[in-house]
Amino acid sequence: MKTVLKLFMEAPWSGRFGLLVIAIYIMLAVFAPVLTPFGESEIVADAFEPWGGAYLLGTDNLGRDMFTRLIYGGRNTIGIAFLTTMLAFLVGGVLGFVAAAMGGWIDQLLGRLVDVMMAIPTLIFALLILTITGTSIPVLIVVIALLDSTRVFRLARAVAMNIVVMDYVEAARLRGEGLWWIIWREVLPNAMPPLVAEFGLRFCFVFLFISALSFLGLGIQPPTADWGSMVRDNATLITYGDVTPLLPAGAIALLTVAVNFVVDFFLHKTSGLRDEH
Amino acid sequence: MNTKGDIILSMRGLRIEGQADEQWQEIVHGIDLDLHRGEVMGLIGESGAGKSTIGLAAMGYARPGCRITAGEINFDGIDLRTSSEDELRDLRGVRISYVAQSAAASFNPAHRLIDQFSETPVQHGVKSKFEAEEDARVLFRRLKLPFPDTIGNRYPHQVSGGQLQRAMTAMAMSCRPDLIIFDEPTTALDVTTQIEVLAAIKDVVKEFNTAAIYVTHDLAVVAQMADRIMVLRHGNMIEEGNARDMLANPKDPYTRDLLAVRTFAKDDLDLIPHETPLLKVENVTASYTGGVKVLHDVSIQIPRGRTVAVVGESGSGKSTLARAITGLLPPESGRVMYEGEPLPVALEQRGREQLRRMQMIYQMPDTALNPRQRIREIIGRPLSFYLDLHGAKKEARIRELLEMIEMNPDEYIDRLPGELSGGQKQRICIARALAAEPDLIICDEVTSALDQLVAEEILKLLQRLQDEVNVSYLFITHDLATVRAIADDIVVMLQGRVVEQGPKDEVLTPPHHEYTDLLLSSVPEMDPDWLDRLLAERQLAKT
Repeated sequence: MKTVLKLFMEAPWSGRFGLLVIAIYIMLAVFAPVLTPFGESEIVADAFEPWGGAYLLGTDNLGRDMFTRLIYGGRNTIGIAFLTTMLAFLVGGVLGFVAAAMGGWIDQLLGRLVDVMMAIPTLIFALLILTITGTSIPVLIVVIALLDSTRVFRLARAVAMNIVVMDYVEAARLRGEGLWWIIWREVLPNAMPPLVAEFGLRFCFVFLFISALSFLGLGIQPPTADWGSMVRDNATLITYGDVTPLLPAGAIALLTVAVNFVVDFFLHKTSGLRDEH
Repeated sequence: MNTKGDIILSMRGLRIEGQADEQWQEIVHGIDLDLHRGEVMGLIGESGAGKSTIGLAAMGYARPGCRITAGEINFDGIDLRTSSEDELRDLRGVRISYVAQSAAASFNPAHRLIDQFSETPVQHGVKSKFEAEEDARVLFRRLKLPFPDTIGNRYPHQVSGGQLQRAMTAMAMSCRPDLIIFDEPTTALDVTTQIEVLAAIKDVVKEFNTAAIYVTHDLAVVAQMADRIMVLRHGNMIEEGNARDMLANPKDPYTRDLLAVRTFAKDDLDLIPHETPLLKVENVTASYTGGVKVLHDVSIQIPRGRTVAVVGESGSGKSTLARAITGLLPPESGRVMYEGEPLPVALEQRGREQLRRMQMIYQMPDTALNPRQRIREIIGRPLSFYLDLHGAKKEARIRELLEMIEMNPDEYIDRLPGELSGGQKQRICIARALAAEPDLIICDEVTSALDQLVAEEILKLLQRLQDEVNVSYLFITHDLATVRAIADDIVVMLQGRVVEQGPKDEVLTPPHHEYTDLLLSSVPEMDPDWLDRLLAERQLAKT
């Protein structure tokens, strides 16, 4: 906790803003059942009630409370995006490090495999697979994570390539260390700054990707609330000059901006650290 | 001696600050300097002494992250500190020019030499393109570059490092400046190449009566080049005076230390042990992928408890020999025998015990230590990996090792490599190698990235450790002073072949192999007349 506070104090205003927004989102997601007046998929009134009164932000096309759905939507979308990004980094990062550390045919094989996957447009590829496998949440997480891990693989491999040629890695090889030690103890700690920065960006992309899939009807399935499908469901309101459907979109935009502020701050901080050496 | 004219450059109370950790700290503390027309001033000191910073300040320039805070810089009546950027630009390249340490990094690889040469005079309107190219050929000839009429048509990668450095000197000369700053122009070169560059620079500077500031860390080099020497340390002037007087009679203890640095030498061992050598390399031939052979039929042996120095210039294959011995580059033919037993050729086939007995220390301590691991982990890993030491036993051994390398365990054990100086990092590398309790340590240019005084400390430490634990060293180096200091046996390599080997006295005393002779005679000596004498001798030998 202390380190988080310290981090907050030394951040510039943009970094502070980002950290604050992310903290609020996390609080909302964690305490969603306490903060919301109604249930996630509870139908409480007529469709499209106006703002105010019992319904802070009105109701949606099925008469569910918009404010409640917005908070629950955040919880689902952020949670799934976080899990997906973690999985993508686990798979892509480990494989990228292995490719860089081993070199030779393993590097070639993994590299070409990733090339093939990246050659197909991601959205179309995802739609294709999700149509075949169905759209349960675990499947969604695994599919997006695998598609995204190709980008992580490339970055991890490129970063690790510069590290495995260092003398200290050669010293570890000469000592007789195994692959696991070299990846885990020699390469990973030095590859952290760019990977963490990429994590922030990837998280945003995954987040947008899930929302896009939901908007197209292949993402998170109703009645589970999520921001992408909330935009689609209430899109008709825009015609009447009502901004309600844009609220989830705004929530997405705000989080994306906040995450990127924090990433910028982190990048600045770690590159500053590197100058000292 | 040169006839000295009026003062061309004068600095008064020069103070420069540098930025570190977002704070400004003074790195040059009030330097006074006067330079006469046609005079060469040597600035000498260790890294961090501020010598390059002062050299650049003579052009009115401060590197990014540095700023000139006080003092006067007066160049031929022009105050450089109050001059505008435009006025400075008119001076730089025309009346003051600069020769950098790494010519290879300073040339644009995509343009021909002659185009880069004529850029400055044409840009400043001093000469037309045609005149500039004509002049380039004159200067190339003057600097004794081969094929002076056509060499300008080559690209930077098509000429050698020494030639490139001379081409850069020609470039600096293109507008016949009044002052040239030489910033360690020969540091990256081999000794035999260094001579040519030094001779060429000395010659043209004299001919055009150019004033020069010659920045270097090598006192023997500055002895050849400079009329006057200024010794710097931590941004302060230690001593300044006529070169000959100072070399003959240094006043300050620090200058005396610098002068004495090359006198440390190992006592000769009385007996050559006749037991089986610890390591024997038999007829090893090796090449990198692509088929270029870098080692041709190399055979050497390393007796137990002795130091074998492998000497050679860059490209002689001495580092490749180390890679072949360690198994990083499996040889194509030949074998490596360890105590009479052949070692598996490739690293992966060797057992942990075989790996333990042979350790390595690298040239660049910055990259040889993982910047994210603490000293405790760096030294502790070989202990747990090879010797199965854990907990309190391991901790005690780490502390013991730190004490062996003369570093206080309480102070350093929890530090990161970034929090140590270069010499301290190299000590940690030595401790890491020692932790494995090896029989042989391969030292690949371990002192060449360090300042002379620090390097000397490291050599003394290595020597003391050898006496204590009877470890053998395979010492790879291009520096013959280091060889004199530490070797028992010497192997001289040239283009992947061993040209001469034997006990130190035998190799260092005549008659030598022709190449050994060239190598030995090329090492600069403190005597200010050494270069002139050597060149005269070589000229005589040729005719």
